[in-house]
Amino acid sequence: MNDLQAPSIEWLALLPSLIVFGVAVIGVLIEAFAPRAARYGTQVVLTTLGFAGAFAAVVALAAGGHATTEAQIAGMGSLAVDGPALFLQGVILLVGLLSVFLFAERRLEPARHGTRVDSFAAQPAAVPGGEAEQEAVKAGHTTTEIFPLLLFAVGGMLIFPAANDLLVLFIALEVLSLPLYLLCALARRKRLLSQEAAVKYFLLGAFASAFLLFGIALLYGYAGTVTYAGIADVISGAPAAIDPGLASTMGNDALLLIGGALVVMGLLFKVGAVPFHMWTPDVYQGAPTPVTGFMAAATKVAAFGALLRLLYVALDGTRWDWEPVLWGVAIASMVAGAVIAITQTDVKRLLAYSSIAHAGFILAGVVAVSEDGVSSVLFYLAAYSFVTLGAFAVVTLVRDAGGEATHLSKWAGLGRRSPLLAGVFALFLLAFAGIPLTSGFAGKFAVFRAAADAGAMGLVITGVAASAVAAFFYVRVIVLMFFSEPKADGPSVVIPSPLTMSVVGLAAAVTLVLGIAPQYFLDLAGQAGVFVLR
Amino acid sequence: MESLIGLLVAAPLLGALVLLTGGRRLDRAGHWLGTALAATSFVLAVVLFFDLLGRADGDRTLHQHLFSWVPVAGFQADIAFQLDQLSMTFVLLITGVGSLIHLYSVGYMEHDPRRRRFFGYLNLFLAAMLLLVLADNYLLLYAGWEGVGLASYLLIGFWQDRPRAATAAKKAFIVNRVGDIGLSIAIMLMFTTFGTFAFGPVLSSAAETGEGTLTAIGLMLLLAACGKSAQVPLQSWLGDAMEGPTPVSALIHAATMVTAGVYLVVRSGAIFNAAPDAQTVVIVVGAVTLVFGAIVGCAKDDIKKALAGSTMSQIGYMMLAAGLGPIGYAFAIMHLVTHGFFKAGLFLGAGSVMHGMNDEVDMRKYGGLRKYMPVTFITFGLAYLAIIGFPYLSGFFSKDEIIYAGFAKGGTQGWILGSVMLLGAALTAYYMTRIMLLTFFGEKRWQPDAHGHEPHPHESPATMTIPMIVLAIGSVGAGFAFNLNESFAHWLEPVTGLAHGDSPVGHGTVSLAATAVMVIGVGAAYLQYGRRPAPVVAPAGSFVTRAARRDLLQDDFNHAAFVTPGTYLTRGLVYVDHKLVDGVVNGLAAAFGGLSGRLRRVQNGYARSYAVSMFGGAAVLIAVTLLMRAV
Repeated sequence: MNDLQAPSIEWLALLPSLIVFGVAVIGVLIEAFAPRAARYGTQVVLTTLGFAGAFAAVVALAAGGHATTEAQIAGMGSLAVDGPALFLQGVILLVGLLSVFLFAERRLEPARHGTRVDSFAAQPAAVPGGEAEQEAVKAGHTTTEIFPLLLFAVGGMLIFPAANDLLVLFIALEVLSLPLYLLCALARRKRLLSQEAAVKYFLLGAFASAFLLFGIALLYGYAGTVTYAGIADVISGAPAAIDPGLASTMGNDALLLIGGALVVMGLLFKVGAVPFHMWTPDVYQGAPTPVTGFMAAATKVAAFGALLRLLYVALDGTRWDWEPVLWGVAIASMVAGAVIAITQTDVKRLLAYSSIAHAGFILAGVVAVSEDGVSSVLFYLAAYSFVTLGAFAVVTLVRDAGGEATHLSKWAGLGRRSPLLAGVFALFLLAFAGIPLTSGFAGKFAVFRAAADAGAMGLVITGVAASAVAAFFYVRVIVLMFFSEPKADGPSVVIPSPLTMSVVGLAAAVTLVLGIAPQYFLDLAGQAGVFVLR
Repeated sequence: MESLIGLLVAAPLLGALVLLTGGRRLDRAGHWLGTALAATSFVLAVVLFFDLLGRADGDRTLHQHLFSWVPVAGFQADIAFQLDQLSMTFVLLITGVGSLIHLYSVGYMEHDPRRRRFFGYLNLFLAAMLLLVLADNYLLLYAGWEGVGLASYLLIGFWQDRPRAATAAKKAFIVNRVGDIGLSIAIMLMFTTFGTFAFGPVLSSAAETGEGTLTAIGLMLLLAACGKSAQVPLQSWLGDAMEGPTPVSALIHAATMVTAGVYLVVRSGAIFNAAPDAQTVVIVVGAVTLVFGAIVGCAKDDIKKALAGSTMSQIGYMMLAAGLGPIGYAFAIMHLVTHGFFKAGLFLGAGSVMHGMNDEVDMRKYGGLRKYMPVTFITFGLAYLAIIGFPYLSGFFSKDEIIYAGFAKGGTQGWILGSVMLLGAALTAYYMTRIMLLTFFGEKRWQPDAHGHEPHPHESPATMTIPMIVLAIGSVGAGFAFNLNESFAHWLEPVTGLAHGDSPVGHGTVSLAATAVMVIGVGAAYLQYGRRPAPVVAPAGSFVTRAARRDLLQDDFNHAAFVTPGTYLTRGLVYVDHKLVDGVVNGLAAAFGGLSGRLRRVQNGYARSYAVSMFGGAAVLIAVTLLMRAV
């Protein structure tokens, strides 16, 4: 028996996730011990500070060269601290920070019994429509647990793209997923729909996790290790050591290919790529809209980060095997997402299919397998996440008596009643469509250029064609908002508190800045485009 | 002194800005402000003129460089002015006649509620026109060119509530657009050929450039000139432009703007000198137009339209002279200046008559006005004598010089040109005498206007008569002064060059012939209109008369040749767009929509079928991965 050695941990390099997890634990303690009235304010401030502090830590690490020359693998080979990890962590933390504002918004729902309430269920454990729920509503209860849940989800997302070890990857996946399943179930209105979405998400997520875990087992059988560097060594034919217990399976390519495919599949589920996308529309529609916005933006960033690292660090030696497969997935995602979106009648489902198409666009950059490809994906993710968050933030504001009016027919003529809001939403839609002077154009251009440079012309052509199809339904919404007669019983735009306003404003500003003057940020993503290998 | 050049343009521009943005509080004094700024420009012009006179012949070109617009490598667009003898002549004409017409408008537009705006547009016109003639490069000239086009459009349509005025403004704008395309193409050709727009380098290196290129540039410049100067085939807008207020017709559509085409050709003389084919086309255009305009002028009963036909015809003389090269340039400009005096005088006189006759324009409803409007009669009469070439008045000198230059072209061409111009002179005498007789002589044929008001003709106020008197003096004396020792031609010589061709007939013979045909023209008109009372309703007339009344069918021709095919082309394109393009687009959209509807059904809401899809997806993923390795 070997003696157990205490692991050496680079605490400072892991500071961002440690801060987030630390604050999350404090948040749980507050829920347990603080009086109900004090929880909301405390949680909002604490969560905001937690994200801001973690973001500051990311910036400090990047400024200290950890993104480039000082890049390292911390925590005994389990976590990478390098350019892509820090860049994506920064994006996730900013999205998290803005999501706090959306979560904390209490001006949209009409006040219940003198208490201003948010978009989340008063008493999530109560049966929808039951007595317990009515009591909770009457008492003006709110679910402040959403803030620690958000923190845990973000914590998992911070680890996800940094995971340099299959087991850490799996744990990060579960840490980020479980809070999301819960958050999805917490809608104040249409609770059954919300709970259905959560159950579906949970079931399918568990299913995907099982595939992922099985893939990890097969890869362990192939390589005798779960670290990315170790797997890469075995693929390149220079294993560090041969485990006598695995001598019969090590180096068996069938294990590598099947295991690799299953792990990749688990990640493709998270990014919502075809054919693992089916959960997306239902969950996006059922989840409370602030959660949808957060999930759509941040999960995609984290999952693509994890996918990039897995493919570029661990499975780089088998790129000829997985490239064609991902080609197919990318094309299927772009086409299916764009085509199905045409006939959608619900704004949230429309945006869900749009996100599937965008997953395809981003995959085109992933398939490029080059430094340009990595940095283009990083830039795209940063651009896309803010547009998405902003778009869903706008959706929270268009309401009628039944809550959010998400059916497209109700948005007719919105531009005449609320030109400013409709204008901002139009900006987001144009960014989704990739129209110049928005961040969407810069992102798409970067991704397609990287793909074209890598010789993937077929992918680029499909991508451009899919963009044209997608432009149809984005522009259709704009036409609907500005050129249709408003309905007499149409929804109205609720004037939110500065919280949501700042989210919409910042998202619009980022969309414009990244569209008009993208060079600085392209450079930033370019510098962050190198993975640390060992 | 150079710094004054910019002020010439700046003064009326300031006026336009102030008057057009100043609002109603300027209503009471706005017209005087506009007139004062026009006069300021004129005073500056006189100062600069005497400065130029004080210099040696070769030193009479002044430059003022204001700034460079978009200076990038290989492209230099300067905002810079050049004042030489040619520009100076124009500047004096524009600001002089312009100031007089501003003054006249004070009286003429007295009862118009939008008088301030009118003066704003007039000032805008002055600024643009001065920019046009003072620019030291073609690009800036183009800016002025478009500026006068805009001012012309705004002023023709000044009474925008009258559908005819609005239509006429549009027509002028659209026809000018055709010509303006010529100018822009010419400028592009210049830039690709010479690498610059500036007059100096372009004109000095023209001689060493290929004739084909120069011919192309020349023809494009001519197209531009035809549009602005209402020459055949782009002449159709000028008659309708008479819908504008009469001072506008006098200033813009007689004395100044319509002569911009002649300026352009004379200014680009070096290009035309090296492109004889282009010159020939210029001559043909001028000759055709001078006859065309004269015939139209003979048939019109609308006094302003008759004068418009005359304008067209007289500019035809100038254009023809400009096409003759150095033997004609100076006289083209000389005729331009004398024409500026007498034609402006004629229009102002017509305006004065209309003023007294309840805005009636039909000459058949005038008659016997000489007793009621003596000043108008005398000034109009002097301008009339000048335009028909009565010996020793302005038109006599300038027109005879052009006819002489036409003969001097030499050979058969010379004989043809000379004869055509003599024919034109006879026609001029005829239609002008006709106007004179119908308006001022004979019986009263006055009719009450649409509101039943009987006309009470009266002399116009002093603000209107003073400009008419000044212009009449110019009509009488300018030609004589210019012709003294050929002073005008020598003044222009450094810019335009001067040559005396070899004419088969002498100066005296030409003058004699011109006077003879004038007498014939006057006599014919007298026999027709002076000896018996003119009918109030125009007789049916011969085919030629009817055609001439319809402007020699120009609109019918344009309609048949351009409008109808254009309409059919548009309809065809719309049809193709609807059926073919829309068909493809809608078909694609329908196809995607159908596909979308089908794919959508896969999304049935059951978690179990989602799981199956994932399972299938994973299976395919693995299968393809393994297959890739196997292949």
